[in-house]
Amino acid sequence: MFNAVLSQNAFFVSLSLFAAGAFGSLLLRKNDDAANWWGNLLAIAGAVFGIISSASVIFSNSDFSFAAASSFPLLSFSFNVDKLSAFFIFTISLIALFASVYGIGYAKHFYKKYNLGTLGFFYNAFIAGMLAVVSSGNAIFFLIVWEIMSLSSYFLVIFENKEKENIKAGSLYFIMTHAGTAFITLAFLVLYGATGSFDFGTMKQNIGNISPLTRDIVFILALIGFGTKAGIIPFHVWLPSAHPAAPSHVSALMSGVMIKTGIYMMIRIFIDILPGVQPWWGMLILAIGIVSSLLGVLYALEENDIKKLLAYSSIENIGIILLGLGSSLLFLSLGFKSLAVLGLVATLFHIFNHAIFKSLLFMGAGSVISKTRTRNMEKYGGLIKRMPQTALFFLAGSMAISALPPFNGFFSEWMIFQSLFSGIRSLDSSFQWIFILAAGALAFTGGLAAACFVKAFGITFLGRPRSGGAEHAKESDYFLTAGMSLLAVLALIVGIFSGKIAGVFSGISGSLGIFRSVEPPFTADINNFRLNDGFASVSTPVIFVILLASITAVFAVVHFLANGRKIKIGRTWDCGTNLNPRMEITSTGFSRSIITIFNGVLKSTKQIDVEYHDADMRYFPKARTVKLEMKGIYNSYLYRPIRNFALRFSGYFKMIQSGNVNTYVAYIFLILIILLIIFTF
Amino acid sequence: MTTLIWIIQLLLVPVLSPLFIGIVRKIKAKLQNRNGAGIIQPYRDIRKLFQKDEVISEDASWIFRFAPYLVFSVTIVLGFCIPLLSVSFQNNFYSDFLVVVYLVALSAFFMALAGMDAGSAFGGFGSSREMTVAALTEGGLIFSMLSLALSAHSTNLFSIAGFVSSSPVASLVPVILAFAAFIIAALAETARFPFDNPATHLELTMIHEAMILEYSGKRLVLMEWAAANKFFIFMALAANLFFPWGVSLGTGFSGIAAGLAILIVKILILCLFVAVLESSIAKFRFFRLPDLLFISFILSAISISLIL
Repeated sequence: MFNAVLSQNAFFVSLSLFAAGAFGSLLLRKNDDAANWWGNLLAIAGAVFGIISSASVIFSNSDFSFAAASSFPLLSFSFNVDKLSAFFIFTISLIALFASVYGIGYAKHFYKKYNLGTLGFFYNAFIAGMLAVVSSGNAIFFLIVWEIMSLSSYFLVIFENKEKENIKAGSLYFIMTHAGTAFITLAFLVLYGATGSFDFGTMKQNIGNISPLTRDIVFILALIGFGTKAGIIPFHVWLPSAHPAAPSHVSALMSGVMIKTGIYMMIRIFIDILPGVQPWWGMLILAIGIVSSLLGVLYALEENDIKKLLAYSSIENIGIILLGLGSSLLFLSLGFKSLAVLGLVATLFHIFNHAIFKSLLFMGAGSVISKTRTRNMEKYGGLIKRMPQTALFFLAGSMAISALPPFNGFFSEWMIFQSLFSGIRSLDSSFQWIFILAAGALAFTGGLAAACFVKAFGITFLGRPRSGGAEHAKESDYFLTAGMSLLAVLALIVGIFSGKIAGVFSGISGSLGIFRSVEPPFTADINNFRLNDGFASVSTPVIFVILLASITAVFAVVHFLANGRKIKIGRTWDCGTNLNPRMEITSTGFSRSIITIFNGVLKSTKQIDVEYHDADMRYFPKARTVKLEMKGIYNSYLYRPIRNFALRFSGYFKMIQSGNVNTYVAYIFLILIILLIIFTF
Repeated sequence: MTTLIWIIQLLLVPVLSPLFIGIVRKIKAKLQNRNGAGIIQPYRDIRKLFQKDEVISEDASWIFRFAPYLVFSVTIVLGFCIPLLSVSFQNNFYSDFLVVVYLVALSAFFMALAGMDAGSAFGGFGSSREMTVAALTEGGLIFSMLSLALSAHSTNLFSIAGFVSSSPVASLVPVILAFAAFIIAALAETARFPFDNPATHLELTMIHEAMILEYSGKRLVLMEWAAANKFFIFMALAANLFFPWGVSLGTGFSGIAAGLAILIVKILILCLFVAVLESSIAKFRFFRLPDLLFISFILSAISISLIL
């Protein structure tokens, strides 16, 4: 009981701190420094209370709910925090904590250029909005806080409004996120129609007699609505332009946690609220996962803008998360509840891991961008010597996201593999094929992600500087490196103690009604994680220790054997020419072979223009330009047809628009008559 | 006794691996009507290089200096993870085949970074090609071993070896398909024909050699030795996962000794295969390689569907 009071109070303290942070920085907007410190310090404090609150829910079973009625009939300010919500509150607060530490330093380069007060306002509102989204217990209240989250992130995307590109990215985001919200609203209205309540708890109780058709409609609407926020292909178009446009610590939050709120609602609705999961739901989600992970990583590989590369890689990771969620749903629909727990734990683990390493990578990118003043990777190079700490932390993030042991990405990907293998093992052939495809997609995705992050790290930090900006870059200040270093250490610690953490996540999935009293199919303790049927086991601490021991031993032996040999510093071998940065491999060049191999799906185009000195003779070219472009297949097969249809459709309506006011009055009169006739009979 | 066997297992890979590189080279030389260097030449090279000074590029960072240690250490750990002599070393900690795949990826990751570090055009393109090939190999590698894991009901490499050695000959068709897939992936991972030419040192299409072009002295030893270890490990996996007969089931001395002898014979046969392959076909054009790797993936997918 005491704990329930503690967690509830801590949660509201956290929300009030964010509110104070938001309005306080608005009041202090005249003074850049004060607004920056106030906004971020209050966010740090709010995040700490968020962590305390959610940790106490997770570890001492102190779920709480709180509702305050409002003067509107259907709306109540209702919070309902169970362990699943607490997991998301914990993840959001954790990332918000590090992002705010980082933000104190990062926002300094906006001084005198942009208004720090509005940044602090929307930043705090954004985090508070996310916390409210994952804890709200009423659909109308949910839509309100969902809008707070979406709108404040929209204003953060267009914060650097002197660059036209950002405004454009913001508009796209605005349209897409509201299109998504429209679907969500429809889903809630259908649920209201079936259950007579907007309260999630009541919905769950009354939903027993929902018709299968209504249930499927809710599934599709929610999948599109929340999928748009999560960034699944083909509804991802806003993500690669919006995430990079925001300030880097906000990008870290958007890519690290905001897109996961979509996944949270999918888990909440598909597993918790809706009864009777259908097999095709799981198969559809697995299919979306396959497409999003593979295409996401291929688009990421092609990118030369470092933040866009990271944004596409978020789409890839959402795909991987959906592979876990889809397998969980499919198991659930076929009655394999225990395997469904495995899938869900893998999903939660990857959500947590991706939050850590993706925000780390965005912060690393931000650190580089703030010193080189460009997002174009072709202008980087050699930064490991100029920004050694940023380089080290970015390397940790790159290794984690490539699922390399001993970092955290390895274990969650291993678990998702095991979840998919379980599907191949225990289902019959009408479902096995999708699991085989999913496992294949995950295998290729893993390899391609490693290639992508070798490119991201190698082109950015290794070799020689390719521009003056990179040449004269210096290490970022203390707050930036502090935020990154904590996340990098966390990525390693979570990687080492994966077994223990998987045990905690297993408790979280076990708290969902449907999984109560279901034995998880695995045993997780600190030094070993194994599936109970003996199919697989792994121990991340042992792998870490033997890797470390082996490196130490090799180092000692080699040092002994090569004792007394000197090291000379020389120039890179250059075939006798003068080395210059243009001889290094470029970002475009690095991924070109993979792009060529996958040209069938990527449809890349190459356009060569030559400008001649003399237009008649055409012997002496003055300038040559090569334009490499990639037309997304989603554009040519989804968005363009929709646009063409909309244009053609509106074309037909042109006929009735004469521009003459009298005609319009006649229309109104006609409609009135028709309505009168309809309602009188 | 057990400790002794552990030590043998630990040292087996680094001690024996240069020998098999020497043997492959010798067989190739014979097939080309040359005499070739002695089969212990790789050991002499190691000794020689350890006595040389090193030159490191001024553009290189600590990644370049650290990578050889990591790449070599990973191969030592890999030697520890896989069934070499006896299946009685089964453990629940690190012998999962996904661990092996991701450890291989770890070494490829650092090797590719080291290739880019000195800022030479060769290194960068070597890294780009290496990661392209590695990314496409992963599917075939995971699926070929998955096919065995599904029939053995375990992803543990030791259990797989134990299961396949006790299964009847009639169930061999999927094993052979998976073996073909695995061999293709192994040739790609170990930078052999038709993926890469291990004999070249200056060719514009080289992959592995391009990445380590800037190395000299002790770090070159580590890189070359790690490549030899990797070759040994993949050949040993091919031998002991797909044809595990002769692998000891206990910890008895005679069983271990026999296991070692049979392992060496099996790897010698594979070396002969590799040498004949390298003398009889040409290296593939780079953009033909994906076809081969997809074949490896499809073969293992067929093998899986036969098992289910």
